[in-house]
Amino acid sequence: MFGFGYLLPPLYSTVCQLTGFNRLQSADVVSTNTRANAKRTVLMQFDSNLRDGLPWKFRATQTTKEVHPGQLVSVSYDVSNDSDRAISGQAIPSYAPTGAAAYVRKLECFCFSIQTLAPREVRRMPVVFLIDTELPSDVRTVTLSYTFFEVPGRRG
Amino acid sequence: MNSMQVVAVSSPAKAVNERQGITRWLISTNHKEIGTLYLIFSFTMFLVGGTMALCIRAELFQPGLQLLRPELFNQLTTMHGLVMVFAAVMPAFVGFANWQLPMMIGAPDMAFPRLNNFGFWLLPPAAILLIASFFAPGGATAAGWTLYAPLSVQMGPGMDMAIFAIHLLGISSIVGAINIAATILHLRAPGMTLMKMPMFVWTWLVTAFLLVAVMPVLAAAVTMLLTDRHFGTHFFNAAGGGDPVLFQHIFWFFGHPEVYILILPAFGIISEIIPTFSRKALFGYRSMVFATCAIGILAFLVWGHHMFTVGFGVGPELFFMYATMLVAVPTGVKLFNWIGTMWGGSLTFEAPMLFAVGFILVFLVGGITGVVLAVAAVDVQLQDTYYVVAHFHYTMVAGSLFSLFGATYYWLPKWTGHMYDEALARCHFWLSIVFFNMTFFVMFFLGLAGMPRRIPDYPLQFANFNMIASIGAAGFGFSQLLFLYVVLKCIRRGKLAKGRVWEGAVGLEWTLPSPAPKHSFATPPVIE
Amino acid sequence: MLDTSVFNFQAPKTQIAHQIYDLHFFVQGICAAICAVLFAVLFYVLMRYRKRPNRAPMRFTGYKPIEITWVIVPCLILIVISVPATRAVFAMKDTSDPDITVKITGYQWQWRYDYLNEDIGFYSALSTPREQIDNREPKKENYLLEVDHPMVVPVGKKIRILVTANDVIHSWFVPQFGVKQDAIPGFIRDAWFRVDAPGVYRGQCAELCGKEHGFMPIVVNAVPEPEYVAWVADQQAAKHAALEAGTAAAAKTFTVEALKSDGAKVYTHTCIGCHQANGQGLPPTFPSLAGGKTATGAIAEAINIVVNGSTKNPAMAAWKNQLSDLELASVITYVRNSFGNAVGDSVQPKDIASARHEDK
Repeated sequence: MFGFGYLLPPLYSTVCQLTGFNRLQSADVVSTNTRANAKRTVLMQFDSNLRDGLPWKFRATQTTKEVHPGQLVSVSYDVSNDSDRAISGQAIPSYAPTGAAAYVRKLECFCFSIQTLAPREVRRMPVVFLIDTELPSDVRTVTLSYTFFEVPGRRG
Repeated sequence: MNSMQVVAVSSPAKAVNERQGITRWLISTNHKEIGTLYLIFSFTMFLVGGTMALCIRAELFQPGLQLLRPELFNQLTTMHGLVMVFAAVMPAFVGFANWQLPMMIGAPDMAFPRLNNFGFWLLPPAAILLIASFFAPGGATAAGWTLYAPLSVQMGPGMDMAIFAIHLLGISSIVGAINIAATILHLRAPGMTLMKMPMFVWTWLVTAFLLVAVMPVLAAAVTMLLTDRHFGTHFFNAAGGGDPVLFQHIFWFFGHPEVYILILPAFGIISEIIPTFSRKALFGYRSMVFATCAIGILAFLVWGHHMFTVGFGVGPELFFMYATMLVAVPTGVKLFNWIGTMWGGSLTFEAPMLFAVGFILVFLVGGITGVVLAVAAVDVQLQDTYYVVAHFHYTMVAGSLFSLFGATYYWLPKWTGHMYDEALARCHFWLSIVFFNMTFFVMFFLGLAGMPRRIPDYPLQFANFNMIASIGAAGFGFSQLLFLYVVLKCIRRGKLAKGRVWEGAVGLEWTLPSPAPKHSFATPPVIE
Repeated sequence: MLDTSVFNFQAPKTQIAHQIYDLHFFVQGICAAICAVLFAVLFYVLMRYRKRPNRAPMRFTGYKPIEITWVIVPCLILIVISVPATRAVFAMKDTSDPDITVKITGYQWQWRYDYLNEDIGFYSALSTPREQIDNREPKKENYLLEVDHPMVVPVGKKIRILVTANDVIHSWFVPQFGVKQDAIPGFIRDAWFRVDAPGVYRGQCAELCGKEHGFMPIVVNAVPEPEYVAWVADQQAAKHAALEAGTAAAAKTFTVEALKSDGAKVYTHTCIGCHQANGQGLPPTFPSLAGGKTATGAIAEAINIVVNGSTKNPAMAAWKNQLSDLELASVITYVRNSFGNAVGDSVQPKDIASARHEDK
């Protein structure tokens, strides 16, 4: 019994990795044949936050972008590690209005995995997404905000 | 309740193995003794919580920090809430349930007498743990009785002591509720159908189910808090994929039914007192039963109204608004039925009736301000302000507490065999209702003006009403010492009470002599 | 004449606030009417049906028509209330097409305003002196409702706010705007307002967030648009100037006296709430700096705990994002040489700069 208890941490790690439970965010399933609704425009805003005293800089390369629902959009965020040690961080996305979260489908995002930056490394990270055409018509402004948290135990 | 004929009355059982001294109280399995223990415990904790309230109001007497550091002030507001809800009001209602339910249904005792004893004796250690947390490093938890994460994750060891205490209090409530439900469902005297039960029994039946359903939810919430604090989980932390708002959902899914747990037995008590002093049967018994059940069910559907400002979408905001407004309907039915009972009756105003009528007046204010708060857009202005503080003190102090005072005066002669001092009891009522309103009515205006909750110091425009509230609080607090005196005096001596203490009293407990024998209804009466 | 405004909401200054004010008046009116009717009935009953010697109580226990009526009528009243109530919720939640977006972050215990498109940002903290709070000086007019750096917005424009928090839940509340939005750490939530008229509008944090919850107010200056545009330009210029000053300061070496003098100001603004005016703090949560082990010990440790916060005690935040190199250097120098401490050394801005890069 004691041995079984001892085995549990590696067991959990393996199970989580195989099943993908340990991924906080994963790519949304998107049909490849979406047609953009050119008649409708949504203003996207991009925001960034740092937590836990992370010695990083983190900014979107553009703060706003007009998009059409259904159109594949690519934006990028710049992140730099200002310290002399390698640090890992996990980005958590958040949306305003809250109801818009269900309609922002991300195909590629740096939030899908933990990002480890080497000392002084500067990186440009992409986010590829599209707005579902089903977005309610009274929502015309959507903000996508990321907060980078440090993943502890991964310094140096 | 409907008219009932008692055909056979039991003879008091012979006293067997009368224990003496401290052992008697430690291992008692007698519902009357355990009821007494609950009531003594709850009144003691009421004085403790009340002292905390007086400290709070003393600091708020004037702008500026005079007496308390802000962190101690927050500890006091937190502990005042936890003590009053979990250690004063809830155990008091369980105490009344213990004393009254078996007598009212013609049962010899509760269904599980030893479990009954266990349920009570969990409480003193829990209370000691809670109070002792003031002396932990960093003091007691200062996150508000609602313990929102992540602030509660930041707290020191006092938070862990409070979590442990809450677990003990929760287990006590759950086993008590199981006992009460089993007693009501299975130990009624032959002929007492569900629709012939007194209203106090009905309200406790619904309350018992609410308790069993939601106390585990609170236990889950504080356990998740514990693991977030010490065992590396991220339930309430966005960094690990969690969400602080999750705590609010779980807590209020417990928290809203909890406030109905605190008021339904009060409704039951009022439904006992008013018919007695109107000398007229309860108006609309069936609809009272349905209203009680409706409130019990609706209780589970409205928790989001405590979270109107967290950023819900339109859909949930509207749903919780409509569901909350709906609760006003069965509550109104109860109020109207009480007035309907008094209409055409023959009213006298002994102390229990004073408290019952006072309850109706003040609970009306509390309940109607609940409708105001239910309107989500208005709640955006009032959430986390003194308007909410006023609203819940009107329902819980003027509501639950007044009903407890009324119940004490109502049944004390049955328990002790003496009449209490009527003049002093009326004095207690008038002092309480005047000072209560002085304290809490002005808080509605403070909330409208925008004064937030849980602040030890405030901008100058709030000064006048705060001063009035503090004076009222001092008056209200010290008036309760009069209650203590009246109760102690009644226990020791007083005019001898008859079996049917009150002229208009109907029910099985009034067929017993006063004081009620230690073992009553060893043979169940037959009801027709 | 009695000033009835003390019995109601503060004067509404946005469309939402007006809507809420009127809605409340409507609901309150209905509730007051219900209360008046019921109180009247109750008092009538209490008087009329007192026990009298020759009158027996009536015996009815129900009356279907009235029982049905008093279920239907409240339901109808609730439906009447829910129509404007629903409209108000839709209006509140319509955050689309803003003119200006401001991100508001709640900290323990101050606010930060970031104007996303204008690329300016600043902290806004209580500016009421501690002496007034501690009753050593008389309290001035905007006691507890004044800040060092108010939020400025143009009148008549739709302002969308994105509210979040850095540590625990706060809540941004300005009564005259009719806006209250909880600030949830790790998430953004949005709300909006459009101010009718120029003025200074004050509010407070509305969610318990720790010991200084009552001491982190909100002040919004609503100004005509040209004034707002000029203010933005000023803020951007100030930002550039601060950056340059920081770069210049990085190279410079300051005297202990100069550092101590600046440090005293930083201390009064930032540290005094927890560590107290005499530096003795409130142990154990807020340690004493007078003779404190870390404060007067190895200089690297002292710098680290101020710049990066304490790993053991979450009450000690990391100040590196909120204070400049010069401010950090000054306040550490000040602490090490005040409150009876006489360590004698000093910290220069360049020491802070290299500490930032080391990052423990």
